[in-house]
Amino acid sequence: MQLHSEKVIFEHGRPGRGAHDQWPRESPPPDLPQELRRARPPLLPEVSELTAVRHFTRLSQLNFSIDTHFYPLGSCTMKYNPKACNAYAMLPQFLARHPLAPESHGQGLLACLFELQEMLKAVTGMQGIALSPMAGAQGEFAGVAMIRAYHASRGDSARTEIIVPEAAHGTNPATASMCGCTVREIPVGPEGDVDLEALRAAVGPRTAGIMLTNPSTLGVFERNILEVAAVVHAAGGLLYYDGANLNAILGKVRPGDMGFDVMHMNLHKTFSTPHGGGGPGAGAVGVSSRLLPFLPIPIVDRHSGGFRWLTEGDRPQSIGRLSAFMGNTGVLLRAYVYMRMLGREGLRQVGEYATLNANYLLARLRAAGFEAAYPRRRASHEFILTLKRQARELEVTAMDFAKRLLDFGVHAPTTYFPLLVPECLLIEPTETESKESLDDFVEAMARIQREAEQEPEHVRTAPHNMVVRRLDDVRAARELDLTWRPPASN
Amino acid sequence: MSHIPPDLKYTKTHEWVRRLPDGQLEVGITDHAQEALGDLVFVEVPEPGRTLAVGEAYGVVESVKAASDVYSPLAGSVTAVNTALASAPELINQDPYGRGWLVRMRSDSQQGELLSAADYARVLEAEGE
Amino acid sequence: MAFIPHTPEDVAQMLAAIGVERIEQLFDEIPPALTIGALSEVPEALNEMEIGRLMSERAQLDGRALCFIGAGAYEHHIPAAVWALATRGEYYSAYTPYQAEASQGTLQTIYEFQTMIASLAGLEVANASLYDGASGFAEACLMAVRINRKSRSKRILVARSLHPHYRRVARATVGNQGLTLEEIPYLADCGRTSLEALAAHEGEDIAAIAIQQPNFFGVLEDVDALSSWARARGIAVIAVVNPTSLALLKPPGEWAGRADIAVGEGQPLGVPLSSGGPYFGFMASRLEHVRQMPGRIVGRTLDATGRPGFTLTLQAREQHIRRGKATSNICTNQGLAVTAATIYMSLMGARGLERVAAASHARTHELVDALTRVGGVSRAFEAPFFHECVLTLDRPAGPVLAALAGRGILGGFDLASDYPELGHALSVCATETKTARDIETYAAALAEALRPARAA
Repeated sequence: MQLHSEKVIFEHGRPGRGAHDQWPRESPPPDLPQELRRARPPLLPEVSELTAVRHFTRLSQLNFSIDTHFYPLGSCTMKYNPKACNAYAMLPQFLARHPLAPESHGQGLLACLFELQEMLKAVTGMQGIALSPMAGAQGEFAGVAMIRAYHASRGDSARTEIIVPEAAHGTNPATASMCGCTVREIPVGPEGDVDLEALRAAVGPRTAGIMLTNPSTLGVFERNILEVAAVVHAAGGLLYYDGANLNAILGKVRPGDMGFDVMHMNLHKTFSTPHGGGGPGAGAVGVSSRLLPFLPIPIVDRHSGGFRWLTEGDRPQSIGRLSAFMGNTGVLLRAYVYMRMLGREGLRQVGEYATLNANYLLARLRAAGFEAAYPRRRASHEFILTLKRQARELEVTAMDFAKRLLDFGVHAPTTYFPLLVPECLLIEPTETESKESLDDFVEAMARIQREAEQEPEHVRTAPHNMVVRRLDDVRAARELDLTWRPPASN
Repeated sequence: MSHIPPDLKYTKTHEWVRRLPDGQLEVGITDHAQEALGDLVFVEVPEPGRTLAVGEAYGVVESVKAASDVYSPLAGSVTAVNTALASAPELINQDPYGRGWLVRMRSDSQQGELLSAADYARVLEAEGE
Repeated sequence: MAFIPHTPEDVAQMLAAIGVERIEQLFDEIPPALTIGALSEVPEALNEMEIGRLMSERAQLDGRALCFIGAGAYEHHIPAAVWALATRGEYYSAYTPYQAEASQGTLQTIYEFQTMIASLAGLEVANASLYDGASGFAEACLMAVRINRKSRSKRILVARSLHPHYRRVARATVGNQGLTLEEIPYLADCGRTSLEALAAHEGEDIAAIAIQQPNFFGVLEDVDALSSWARARGIAVIAVVNPTSLALLKPPGEWAGRADIAVGEGQPLGVPLSSGGPYFGFMASRLEHVRQMPGRIVGRTLDATGRPGFTLTLQAREQHIRRGKATSNICTNQGLAVTAATIYMSLMGARGLERVAAASHARTHELVDALTRVGGVSRAFEAPFFHECVLTLDRPAGPVLAALAGRGILGGFDLASDYPELGHALSVCATETKTARDIETYAAALAEALRPARAA
């Protein structure tokens, strides 16, 4: 780990420096109308190529990443990103192709995308797939928009309410609002299942649908899912599946079989496309047959002559286009390579080993004295520990544990979510971690627990071994410093 | 236990109301609310002159972990806003019933719908404070 | 087993620690009726050598044609260092920087990116990016409605000369929230947005106008007049701009009626064409609007010992905290693409980017000169253009483009379905990557493709 911080790149610059070899040769000065010309050059770095390379290399070394650290972030599925997926998605011909190039010059790409659609149908039990949403949140938007479009097409315009369990991820209610719907929250029972009585009371003629994750955001399987589906369908609503936790059941259970009408997948979670420091993802959506006409375009279709795109003209009832072109094609190619490398047997093992790793880690952590939030439930691919006892008795919080874990070379599990469980750590090891990696994590947690008992202040002021100590969030929001400014202008 | 001055009135959404000598009403958020939000980083207040319905959201108080709407306890019109909050939102944390006031307003409604200090204390207890 | 490291011994020890005998027991909470057998419709696994071969064959099938298409995605040279650095595992496989102390690399990169984008746009702040230019435009429309202090108007006037896909994406995204996007026509002779048509909305309650510069036709709009009209009436100005062009053109922050929000497609900054994605949308705005800006924002602050460090800030606006009242539901930015763009802009600097812009401008002019020398080809608009241009042919563009494609030349984008009023029109573009010989090749092929009908 790099322990020295880096100056901001502008501070490395000197007037006249530049990566001259990268620039095109001089051209005649452009004859643009004077009033449209830029008066002063923009503030961009003036550095040599070597300086830029050193700068960004050193910056990268300040990051934790899957390639360097265990990263058990619950609900994020930080599994290994195979290098082969990157290498083959970045073949020069794939990289060079313009999005508006004709289909005749894209049959190789379209074959990959069509097969990806088909494989995603098979693992989800859905009848139709659209690959264009560029992130999980955009896939969610597409899903709720399709639900609205479906009801509108049947003249049922009163259905504007989306039901969401109180433990839902923040994107769910935000998405519902973006689609012009209102949100109705229902409680979750003490064992983590949706409260069926509350659900029955909540559904009615205004119900557009329900948004669920299964396993839920609490890390447990929604055992009553078939009843939930029956209740919502009987009331005329549809079921939306948030695919964030698909890794738990991949190859074992299919959302389509559970009664879901529409879903999104996070290809950057379950299908191992890179997280990239916060994107780009891909949020492919899947639908049952009654929602097929509403899928966002474009979609890949196969005909006798090869493959082609279906667009606005082919799908007049589509909710429309969500991306300028066809979504995050490069990401889709990585997911395709991943699924081909796993194949039918490997995909089935994903759910099995993700669940095995989570249950093993849960068992060992409980044996080490930690408290599970749902002790009577199996872990899915993730589970929640609650540190409320440590917070109450030792005044050491889940956040403190998370920060101290960084000193042990482990990226902290998810701490801010779900809001329902106080002082929680949501832990998802994924199937690509070895048993040793999990044992090391248990060791680290046990050590931090001892520290919390014997020298709690050391845990409260963690991390100690990173390039910075805990950062002042309040100052960041009160005294906004969002862009670098040259000293002379201060 | 959070501080609940007995001479003020309250709402279920954690606002307080003080009747000023000149008949105007002064409004802010309670000690419980500022405690729950944490260090405030930004406060959005309306323009003076704005008319408000009872329960209407007229501003936002933002901390690092949450951003909450603030609701008008009565129908009326805004006569003054606390401009000091623009550069010092922490006044609300430090002195929620004094220098951390949000707006002053004129209202024709009775204060009958508002909660007494004792009633508000019971609300907090029910919420499991 | 692909990427799963467990040995049978590992599995046995783990099952023992859990207290079960078989992995299947871990799924005993799931109703048995839901558990599937084999995934028979999915093919068998391929090893890396096999998938590598398949992908190579498919890539070669698609080949690499000589590309003269712009229309929202631009072929620029990407220095080798950009992706050599961006695909380092520490960037590639890092997550969103929620634990700031473990993500200073990503956070500082984004801070530097925000600085560069804000400066390019001539505005004060920028976010960490949105999905692409089109969805960025949709977000700008939503933001413009939020920042409107004087009314609750949800009407946005959008130039017809703004990218047709962007307008469609915006409609699909904002329609459910009651926003209406109304078109302002362009003038047929010059391809610029009609100020007269804009002024016909005098006195109406409008939230914002949206102008693209250069516009979809490559034509340079009279941004000063259009933005001033809006500014004088308290109407917000949304600018949709090309980042390469900002090295040469007056940025939105310096338009006479200073823009409130600038968005656009960041792909030209070091991101390959890659059949349309992943790209990134950039967004910059005036400082006073920063709290209404969607997406992530990085700020610099101090740590517990007074050392400077970087962190995500203003998160209270975002989905995971405000939930139903969020500014948007956006959860991600385009991290890796932004990293690449920041490295690209660092290698280019202002002078290098200016060279790219000037060279693209020059090559496009040379292309237009060469093509209009071919009989049956003329310019659609009499107006200064930058970086791309609309030509009209004496016959439908579709079959001509197909003939060119058959010879390995992607001649441009057919405008027939988006702008039928332009007749047989196509949009062409040449960047710094095109040589004089490439242009000659295209001109000769076009001449041949157009010859038969003329001889008749």
